[in-house]
Amino acid sequence: MPNMSLTKNPMPSQAPEIRNQNFLEVALGYTPEQAMDEAKRCLQCKHRPCVSGCPVRIDIPGFIKEVAEGNFEAAYQVIAKSSALPAVCGRVCPQESQCECKCVRGIKGEPVAIGRLERFVADYHNEHATQLPEKPVSNGHKVAVIGSGPSGLTCAGDLAKKGYEVTVFEALHLAGGVLVYGIPEFRLPKSIVQKEIDTLIALGVKVETNVVIGRTITIDELMQEYGFEAVFIGSGAGLPKFMNIPGENLKGVYSANEFLTRINLMKAYLPDCDTPIQHGKKVAVVGGGNVAMDAARCAKRLGADVTIIYRRTEAELPARREEVEHAMEEGIIFKFLTNPLEILGNDQGWVAGARCQEMALGEPDSSGRRRPVAVEGSEFDIELDCVIMALGTSPNPLIKSTTEGLETERWGGIIVNEETGLTSRQGVYAGGDAVTGAATVILAMGAGKTAAAAMDEYLQKK
Amino acid sequence: MNKILQKKILNPTVTLMKVDAPLVAKKAEPGQFIILRVDENGERIPLTVADYDRNEGSITIIFQVVGATTEKLNHLNEGDYIHDFVGPLGRATHTEGLKKVAVVGGGVGCAIAYPVAKKLHEQGCEVHAVIGFRNQDLVILEDEFAAASSRLVRMSDDGSWGEKGLVTDALKKLIESGEQYDEVITIGPLVMMKFVCKLTKEYGVKTVASMNPIMIDGTGMCGGCRLTVGGKTKFACVDGPEFDGHEIDFDEAIARSATYRDFERHAHENTCNLFKGVK
Repeated sequence: MPNMSLTKNPMPSQAPEIRNQNFLEVALGYTPEQAMDEAKRCLQCKHRPCVSGCPVRIDIPGFIKEVAEGNFEAAYQVIAKSSALPAVCGRVCPQESQCECKCVRGIKGEPVAIGRLERFVADYHNEHATQLPEKPVSNGHKVAVIGSGPSGLTCAGDLAKKGYEVTVFEALHLAGGVLVYGIPEFRLPKSIVQKEIDTLIALGVKVETNVVIGRTITIDELMQEYGFEAVFIGSGAGLPKFMNIPGENLKGVYSANEFLTRINLMKAYLPDCDTPIQHGKKVAVVGGGNVAMDAARCAKRLGADVTIIYRRTEAELPARREEVEHAMEEGIIFKFLTNPLEILGNDQGWVAGARCQEMALGEPDSSGRRRPVAVEGSEFDIELDCVIMALGTSPNPLIKSTTEGLETERWGGIIVNEETGLTSRQGVYAGGDAVTGAATVILAMGAGKTAAAAMDEYLQKK
Repeated sequence: MNKILQKKILNPTVTLMKVDAPLVAKKAEPGQFIILRVDENGERIPLTVADYDRNEGSITIIFQVVGATTEKLNHLNEGDYIHDFVGPLGRATHTEGLKKVAVVGGGVGCAIAYPVAKKLHEQGCEVHAVIGFRNQDLVILEDEFAAASSRLVRMSDDGSWGEKGLVTDALKKLIESGEQYDEVITIGPLVMMKFVCKLTKEYGVKTVASMNPIMIDGTGMCGGCRLTVGGKTKFACVDGPEFDGHEIDFDEAIARSATYRDFERHAHENTCNLFKGVK
């Protein structure tokens, strides 16, 4: 008999006033009882609408059925067929706009908590699995993956399972890409990312850190000198965007990428770490995406009063609802319909405030969202000592500028065939933010998966 | 992990290290830089490539002890390993087609200016080198510059070595004496480069300055190394590190370079045993 409760089992979490002072994970995860209870809310629909909402097509009713029966390891095996990083996706996927928004239970009441169940299953496996997977028999083909973020790791995992000799090249000193430098510990513990990477290494994937493709080695060299038969580019988003307003280069103005990298990758919040970070007292984060929420919540945890400045209203915030709610609970102030005109400095060249302007929503723009327009004469100043710009990124020029014949969009994104991920160069595939511009972890994973399948087909025919 | 093949103390605060890094050495060109981390929890710092040996597979770095990381690096010896070492990063110095160049280096910046002078010299360009130090004790690479230039002007702030005065004094004299340079390449403290560029602008001599701002990833991701060149935001790690010196907003770069000065001083004092005893 299904559990007909209209609401999800709530996620046990750290209390807001406690968690906003530490970097430990906010959500604590379901107990086995909660997981089984939640799993019983699934109706096991024949037409499985949830699966169509998943970019990597996990057999969602299949794994939930196993959870309902208490077969947690069996549930993991179902997920593992489709996803290389379930513990990550269970935490950071926007389920509300993917699998869960298609769930029949959501028509009346809340959908099944698919994301929370995925997370539970992956964590259960990581806690109980005693052995790592075995390395498949090699098929003798060598493949290179550039970047160890979600798209690269997914592509590498899928190809390794098929027997390819995969080498992942990472520019930083640590593998994981945005999962380690961007997404904070309290949302995605780094030990979880490391476990997922260890699983790939057990499958035979080699990870070469400190190699910048386009500088240390070019793509042509990978293919001609190093013997890689195909290459996947998952180099991620690139240079941070700024507003091009006065004062943006004052001391105390960070891009969200820099602020988050200092905290997450370089562990600037730990006392025994060498990397400095400014512990602002009054911090403004400009932007309304998930990255803005992450930066704001990090600044809060470093002891600041934090305000998010966003030029549209709450309804248009591009961040996941859950992230916005968490940020609000943690005491982050939102200033909607506000746009900075200038960052103000003191005589030492440090940020002292921001001159802002009120906005109103006008006609819809090309993105379908109503365009914010300035309200005349509404300028006002706020006092600040740190400003974080979370306005998105534009693609990294390194690979494009060193790979002849690799076609890109005018804004820099690599052009691919959507069905295969194939670029304008034979044997070279791409996916993730390097193709789409800043997007989500799961979309990048989907692209890595698509490309892995196409690369397999290409190399088997070759 | 990269092994330190050779360590040489150049002066009391400046050290040379030759590091085993075959992949970096295969590609490195003058003007490019590397990023290193001394140990597991270390910060990432950029250092410009001072020399490279493609056959040996080694990269030479020269650094001044200024903060916790350079202090720790200075404690390592031949045979020790540097935890992370990545490069070559940034664009190489543009040297093609140059016939006559003045290379103006100051202090530890001379370590970066040297490979540029050497490359120009090797390709047949007439190189005038103007190098300046605060005093005789801080002089580095004198013989190397002598070998890589047809004219070497030595300057020191206190007159204890070469002529007394600033590199800008010497450069001005050269230009006024009728020397015509295709380009001036300047590498050194920001204030020095600012005034070199100011001078050459007056004389209309194209000038390239090598910037060494704060960086984290060094590959075009964090944006920490941004500076304003010709009114536009540029990123030293992928657009530079060399820029048209007449377009750089030096005052802004000088201010930004001081962002973590207090932190660095503090960290240095915590790392250095000398200070530990005092506290």
